[in-house]
Amino acid sequence: MKVALIDYGAGNVASVERALQRLGVESVSASTPKRMAEASALILPGVGHFAALIRALDERNLRAPLLDALHRDVPFLGICLGLQALYDSSEEAPELCGLQLFAGKIQALPTRVKLPHMGWNQLRLKNTSRLLEGVAPEAHFYFAHSYAAMAGDGNAAAVATCTHGSEFTAVLESRNINAVQFHPEKSGPPGARLLQNFLRLAA
Amino acid sequence: MTLAHRIIPCLDTDGTRVVKGVNFVGLRDAGDPVRLAARYNAEGADELVVLDIAASRDRRPTFLETIRRVAAELAIPLTAGGGIRTLNDARAVVRAGADKVTVNTAAVERPALISELSNQFGAQAVVLAVDAKRNGERWEVMVRGGRDSTDLDAIAWAEQGVSLGAGEILLTSVDRDGTQQGFDLPLTSAISHAVTVPVIASGGAKLPEHFAQIFTEGAADAALAASIFHDSVQPIRELKEFLAARSIEVRLPC
Repeated sequence: MKVALIDYGAGNVASVERALQRLGVESVSASTPKRMAEASALILPGVGHFAALIRALDERNLRAPLLDALHRDVPFLGICLGLQALYDSSEEAPELCGLQLFAGKIQALPTRVKLPHMGWNQLRLKNTSRLLEGVAPEAHFYFAHSYAAMAGDGNAAAVATCTHGSEFTAVLESRNINAVQFHPEKSGPPGARLLQNFLRLAA
Repeated sequence: MTLAHRIIPCLDTDGTRVVKGVNFVGLRDAGDPVRLAARYNAEGADELVVLDIAASRDRRPTFLETIRRVAAELAIPLTAGGGIRTLNDARAVVRAGADKVTVNTAAVERPALISELSNQFGAQAVVLAVDAKRNGERWEVMVRGGRDSTDLDAIAWAEQGVSLGAGEILLTSVDRDGTQQGFDLPLTSAISHAVTVPVIASGGAKLPEHFAQIFTEGAADAALAASIFHDSVQPIRELKEFLAARSIEVRLPC
């Protein structure tokens, strides 16, 4: 198995790489279209600003090979911004187009709560989840974000949500596409289990 | 289902060794940041902070190596700081494995640093450390490890820091630091209600009651301490069970 981490120059690539190493899996960095085409599983880690990720994907000509891999059913895991990038667009950078695999616009969390949504929170399971298999329902995961995919868009792919000010999509699963709003690489044993579940899907 | 209050051990290092708040009472791992980090990761700490309190330029590569070794032990977030004056300093710390950077004196001297970091890494990665000391009716910002006073009002500075792009405030009470008499409740509550971002309270913790108070009366989102954790005076698991029994939301690792 060739797990490739999409390295767009920012973000938490090294953390994800270390988390995979702890599970005994060596990953490669995919920062060129060629590398991306060769991958048998893809992880898009992300942290920071929506515009930074989308611009970096376009500047490095990674958008087309990434969409191509997704359409070829290459197992994919998006983390944090890597989930948000799958949607049409984001309020954080309204002028840019996301990957448009899911309908809807990423929105700012409401300001009546402290932002960023920073720290450990629990999930509400909406559907059977392959990523959360074997994870205790009360497990906490580590979040660090101010924007989110709002729940209730009728998106059947949203298998778990979380609430901070409003309810938002925390786990997405659709065919070969998986994504989480939290950081499994920073979420202790439940996060490690989730990554392991993804690796099993990709094996 | 709400956001858990975080318990955060802090390692004050000279770049290589933990130098503050450690009584070397027969503990094999006291003083070694890597061993302490591994212990806290296993014991259920929610994050870890590593500071270079010497912050001397020539020892910088050693501190970066310490961050690398500490990060390798962690499956929880890591904040690093001490001596970060430029975007390049912060970049090196992030590359070494920190998820967040914390700035203090350099941000007071040049507030634009906060915006530069926030634009580069996102607000969630920028922690503004504010050392505050009571002066009459207000709290004043202190710099250089709490030694020098400034004219800045702590509440106004915290608000300014957030508007410049800080995603979190690490608030230390200079009056309470090292006293073990409990966190500074009025200070923390005042700052926490004034800003829109999470506040980490620091300075004065000893007893589990102190943590319960800072999360309820002090309105803190997270609490940080050093020596009571290093010396195992206060095991993290027991502390969290104490808080959970008082209906304070915490993460109890399975």
